[in-house]
Amino acid sequence: MAEVNVNNGVNVGALLAAREALRSAPQAAKFTWRASCKWQNGTHSLTKVQGFHGLGEEQKHKTEFSFEADHPEIFASEDLGATPVEMVLVGLASCLTAGVAAVAQNRGVQLRSVEAKLEGSMDIQGILGIDSDVRNGYDDIKVTFHIDADASKKEIEAIVAQSQKRSAVYDIITNPTNVSVQVA
Amino acid sequence: MVLERGEVANSWRRERWDSLRLLTPNWQSRLPGYRYEGADPDGFMTMREVIEFVSGFAAAAGAPVRTHTPVTSVTQTDEGYLVATPNGDLRCRSVVVASGACNLANVPLLRHAVPAPIASFTALDYRNPGQLPAGGVLIVGAAATGVQLADEVCRSGRPVTLSVGEHVRLPRTYRGRDILWWMEASGVWNQRYDEIDDLTRARSLPSPQLVGTPERTTLDLNTLGTAGVEIVGRLAAVRDGRALFSGGLRNQFALADLKMERLLDTFDDWARSHARDADVGPPERFEPSRVPAASRLALDLGSGEIRSIIWATGFRPDYSWLDVPVVDRKGHLRHDGGVVDAPGLYAIGLPVLRRRKSTFIHGAEDDARELIDHLARYLAG
Repeated sequence: MAEVNVNNGVNVGALLAAREALRSAPQAAKFTWRASCKWQNGTHSLTKVQGFHGLGEEQKHKTEFSFEADHPEIFASEDLGATPVEMVLVGLASCLTAGVAAVAQNRGVQLRSVEAKLEGSMDIQGILGIDSDVRNGYDDIKVTFHIDADASKKEIEAIVAQSQKRSAVYDIITNPTNVSVQVA
Repeated sequence: MVLERGEVANSWRRERWDSLRLLTPNWQSRLPGYRYEGADPDGFMTMREVIEFVSGFAAAAGAPVRTHTPVTSVTQTDEGYLVATPNGDLRCRSVVVASGACNLANVPLLRHAVPAPIASFTALDYRNPGQLPAGGVLIVGAAATGVQLADEVCRSGRPVTLSVGEHVRLPRTYRGRDILWWMEASGVWNQRYDEIDDLTRARSLPSPQLVGTPERTTLDLNTLGTAGVEIVGRLAAVRDGRALFSGGLRNQFALADLKMERLLDTFDDWARSHARDADVGPPERFEPSRVPAASRLALDLGSGEIRSIIWATGFRPDYSWLDVPVVDRKGHLRHDGGVVDAPGLYAIGLPVLRRRKSTFIHGAEDDARELIDHLARYLAG
C-alpha cells in the first residue's frame, strides 16, 4: 500500500475503490471512447474529442481537445500538424507514462522525473504500394524510459513492466483489434 | 462416503499424457499418515506410481469409496442435499466438492476459426507425439503443460512453434535444492488465502514452467529455444486463416524474469535470516529469457507449415452437475477458504483454496483438517 509521504499526483485510493465497485457491476465498466475528425485541406485534418460513455452514462471532458494532423513537407504536404503515426507514439508514450506514475504510487515509490523516448521504424514502401510484402505500419517500436525515483533499478524495471501489462494502448498496438470502417 | 466416478485416482489413470511425472519430488508426496517411502526421495513419480500411491492411501485410510458412481446432480433439500447417481440417490446433510479444478480443457473460442484440416488436441486427450500427424505443431500456452509438451514434441522431430503469454518461470533446482523445497521451507507455500493481497489473481496464476525428470533438469523458454522451438507471442486472434500473435512477448519475458528474481531474493533473505546459508549452495542467478530478435506476428494456418495444434491453455472445473446457485459468472465456486456459499457445502483441492499449496498432494492435509473442523461444527450445530 502507498506510503503517506509518497505523492506522484495519482489518487490510487480512488482507483482501487473504483476497481472494487466495478468488480460487482461489470456493466458500468464498459466504456466507449470517441473522436470526430474533419478534413481541412490536403492531408491536413482536425480531430476533436470531448464526449465519451462510461459508468453507465454519457460523460464529458472538462473542455474539448483538438488535434491537428498533417504530413511533413517532404511528402509535399503543408506540415500543419504531427503525422498520424506520430500520434500513435503519443498515445503509447502517454499511456505507459500514466501507468508508471500510477504503479509507482501504488507501490509507494516517489518519482522525481520520468522521460520516455519513442522510436517507431517503418518502411514506407508499404504505404506507397511499392512492395506488397512490406506492411504499412510500424515494423518495430522502441520505448526507452529514463526514470529518476526512490527505488532500485529492479524496482523501476518492475514498475515499467507492470505499466505495459496494464496499458490499453500497448495492448491495442501489440494485439490485433477488429476495425470496421463504413460510409454513413 | 466418497463417491468416485471411475476408479480411485481416475483422472491420473485416464486424463494424463504417457510421459507425465509429478512436478513435486517424491519426499513431498505426503497424505495424512501416509508418505513416499521408496529409495528415490528426490525423484518424480510416473503416472503409474501416482496411481499406486493414491490407491495405496485409499486402502490404508480405509476410505469408504464407492467407485463407478458418477454424481449426476446435487440439489438442495430442507435437510441438506440430494445427490443423484446412476446407482441410486443419496441424501446427506453435507457435501464436499473434491472434483478439482481441471475437469475441462479451457480452450479459447478462437479455436473455431482454425481451418479444419489442422488436427486439434488438448492436454486431456494428448497422449504422445505418435498421435500427431507428421509436420509442424503449434502449441498454445507455456505453463507446465505447454513447455513439457513442446519439449516432447520437439524431440519427436516435429517443428514446434510455442505461443507464450503470461507465464511463471522457475528453475528446477536452486542453490542445490529442489525449487519446491524452497517453496515449502521458506513458508511461501504455507501462505494463507486470507493473507494474499490479490487472491483472484493468485487463484488464476498459470502453473510454473517445471518438469519432473530423473535428471532434475530445468525446462524454461531458453532451453526450448536452444532445442529449436520457435517462440511466438500470445495467440491473440485467428483471422482469414492466419494465426496472429501478440507483439508483447518481450514484456512477458521481463515480467516472468523479474518475478522469478523476486522469489529467489525472498529465498535468499529467508536462508540468511534463518541461518540456513550453510545448508544450501551459494546464491545463483539465471540467464535472462532470451527474446527472439523479431518474433513472428502471423502464421498462415493454410500453408501446411502447421499440421496440428495442442491447446495447453489451462483447465476449468465442471460444475454442470451442481444444481446449487454457488457458481459465479466466471464459472468458479463462491467460497471462503473452501466453505462454500451454501450451508453444509464445502470444496477442497482448488487453487489457493486455503493456502498456496492447496492444489498439491501434500497441501490437502492442512486444508482438510481445517475444513473438517468447520464441517463437524456445522453438523453438531
